[in-house]
Amino acid sequence: MRKMLLALAATTMLTGAAQAATVYPLDRATILAGSPFDFKVEFKENVKPEDVKITVNGQDYKAVFGSDVTFTEAEVGKDDKKLGSAVTLRKLMIAAPGEYTVEASAGDEKKAVTWTVYATPAEPKVKNVIFMLGDGLSVAHRTAARIMSKHMTEGKADGRLNLDDVDLRAFIGTSATDSIATDSANTMSAYMTGHKTAVNAIGVYADRTPDSLDDPRVENIAEALRRTTKKSIGIVTGAEVEDATPAAVVSHTRRRADKADIVGMLYDVKPEVLLGGGSAYFLPKETPGSKRKDDKDFVAMFKDAGYALATDKNELEAASGTNTGKILGLFHTGNMDVTLDRDFLKKGTVDKFPNQPGLVEMTKVALGELSKNQDGFFLMVEGASVDKMSHPMDWERAIVETIEFDKTIGLVREFIKTHPDTLLVVTGDHTHGISLIGTIDDEKPGDDMREKVGVYEKAGFPNYKDENGDGYPDSVDVSRRLAIFANNFPDYYETFRPKLDGPFQPSVQNEKKEYVANEAYKDVPGAVLRIGNLPRSSDTAVHAVDDVVLQAVGPGADEFKGYMEQSDVYRVLVDAMALAPAKN
Amino acid sequence: MTSRPALAAPPMLTFDELYGSVGVLGLKFSDKVKALAGQTVAMRGFMAPPLKAEASFFVLTEIPMSLCPFCSSDADWPDNIVVVYLDAKQTFVQPNTTIEVVGTLEYGSWTDPETGFVSLLRLRGADFEAV
Repeated sequence: MRKMLLALAATTMLTGAAQAATVYPLDRATILAGSPFDFKVEFKENVKPEDVKITVNGQDYKAVFGSDVTFTEAEVGKDDKKLGSAVTLRKLMIAAPGEYTVEASAGDEKKAVTWTVYATPAEPKVKNVIFMLGDGLSVAHRTAARIMSKHMTEGKADGRLNLDDVDLRAFIGTSATDSIATDSANTMSAYMTGHKTAVNAIGVYADRTPDSLDDPRVENIAEALRRTTKKSIGIVTGAEVEDATPAAVVSHTRRRADKADIVGMLYDVKPEVLLGGGSAYFLPKETPGSKRKDDKDFVAMFKDAGYALATDKNELEAASGTNTGKILGLFHTGNMDVTLDRDFLKKGTVDKFPNQPGLVEMTKVALGELSKNQDGFFLMVEGASVDKMSHPMDWERAIVETIEFDKTIGLVREFIKTHPDTLLVVTGDHTHGISLIGTIDDEKPGDDMREKVGVYEKAGFPNYKDENGDGYPDSVDVSRRLAIFANNFPDYYETFRPKLDGPFQPSVQNEKKEYVANEAYKDVPGAVLRIGNLPRSSDTAVHAVDDVVLQAVGPGADEFKGYMEQSDVYRVLVDAMALAPAKN
Repeated sequence: MTSRPALAAPPMLTFDELYGSVGVLGLKFSDKVKALAGQTVAMRGFMAPPLKAEASFFVLTEIPMSLCPFCSSDADWPDNIVVVYLDAKQTFVQPNTTIEVVGTLEYGSWTDPETGFVSLLRLRGADFEAV
């Protein structure tokens, strides 16, 4: 008894006395050998520089880190709030693989973290890596895409998606450093840097200061490729090219909304092929339509750097013959329109941007250009609007986007047949709370749409048709269609029908910054008001915390297995390309 | 709701009439916007809630807007918005309500000095009412 009390007292004293400082990179970080990264220690109190002690594996830090830290006596937060002292060391590099325990202390504050610095195999397994990301891609998206595109008879699919024949490898844990819930910035950043970070952050650890561009940086895959190889880099997306997912390939910011800065970072890295939307952030402030707040003209700057510019499908076709090796394709001022609007309904902003290419066409041009490089390439392809249409619960658009993403996988698999020295990874960045639960059957009696939802044996099979064999349903507005619902939502009017007049806008904001149901859908026959189960600050359905499914084929793919943290995926990519070859 | 004095009704400008051409490399203001610049015009649309409590303007949109939760910086508005500077403070109108704004039309890039919000089209000295 006496012993126990003593032990208890000792523990209490330790936790009471020693406040925890914060060390970046965080505990259990995994770091590619030789990659530059920023080191920072944040103390909660103001401390004296002479009291700061930092050791690495028991030695004074300078022996391992090679240079001095910069001391900041008092960091300042919002409204001049005093945050405490900090030390920083930018672009630190550790060449030797191993475990590194870093202990930092000052006054009664103390923190120890352990990092794993890893090398890669000496020899690459592949020349090319193609990383295909369905934003928000969840299991229900693929099931619905298979049934809508390939149909089903007596419980067996009438055809297979391309996705269905990419080997299933791993479940991916997507959580952020600050939350189990997650977004497209920190999740793609984990894939593209090997470090987890906070919601909204890209290529940095999220520190406490308000400046979004001063956070401790880690190397991303584009920088690693530029530092260690002569490979080409390609980015293809249906979103703005400065949106979170493509941004995470090249950039560093605490706030994904820093889109004007992200364009500058795209320019610094200069991916050989950059295709997507988002031209508004490339135009100088004076140009109507610009979203920059300065006079930089990035379209002109990219052209001056030798890029062939394409602004629509025809120009993309022409640019694919360029001999400069560099293509900038910007096809929309914002996010590109989705397949259902672009190729079928002609809604959204298709009247203003009538000739936008699709993901298949963009990826085809990218592969053609990138594969000219004898040293190989890294290509990131994003099916962006699987997510962008799942947020507003526009299921027909989200599923048609999934079909388009799948057709792009088909194109890539054809490429791999003639380029077997390629690792293909197909995955999502996070999931959505989406499920396919049956059908909605207009032929069921009455006007009450709820009673037309077919469940269990009453669901039967949907009646989508694909007479022209293009893989897309001839119409999404069929009489017995898929019943898909989100498990989380703001207040909205459920119409039980496809949104043929343009993408769904379920809610709008009131003066209290609360989202209320958008009454534009109130008078749709059969529409019912669903009271949300999300906080009233949520405008649309949110991301789920559920694991993501990762699939991969090609040399090196067998390193993916079981449950993996999203940040562990990076190591498989750099291993495959041997970006930090182990020295004997 | 008070009705306006029965002066000659100002010319109506619609959201479809703002730009003559819309393209990847920029937008071009319509001839109608250029012709009406400096004059009092009326526009109908939806009032987005003020960005900040202290902002002296609000954003008029063609359809009721909701923005994605992670990109609600001022830069993520669609192209066809009009910034409205009110002459006198007016109460926010519920988001599902169409309003008519009357004010002096101004075009060209302009950065709001207090918020940094960049706009291309503005109605100044404006007032509005629900319709």
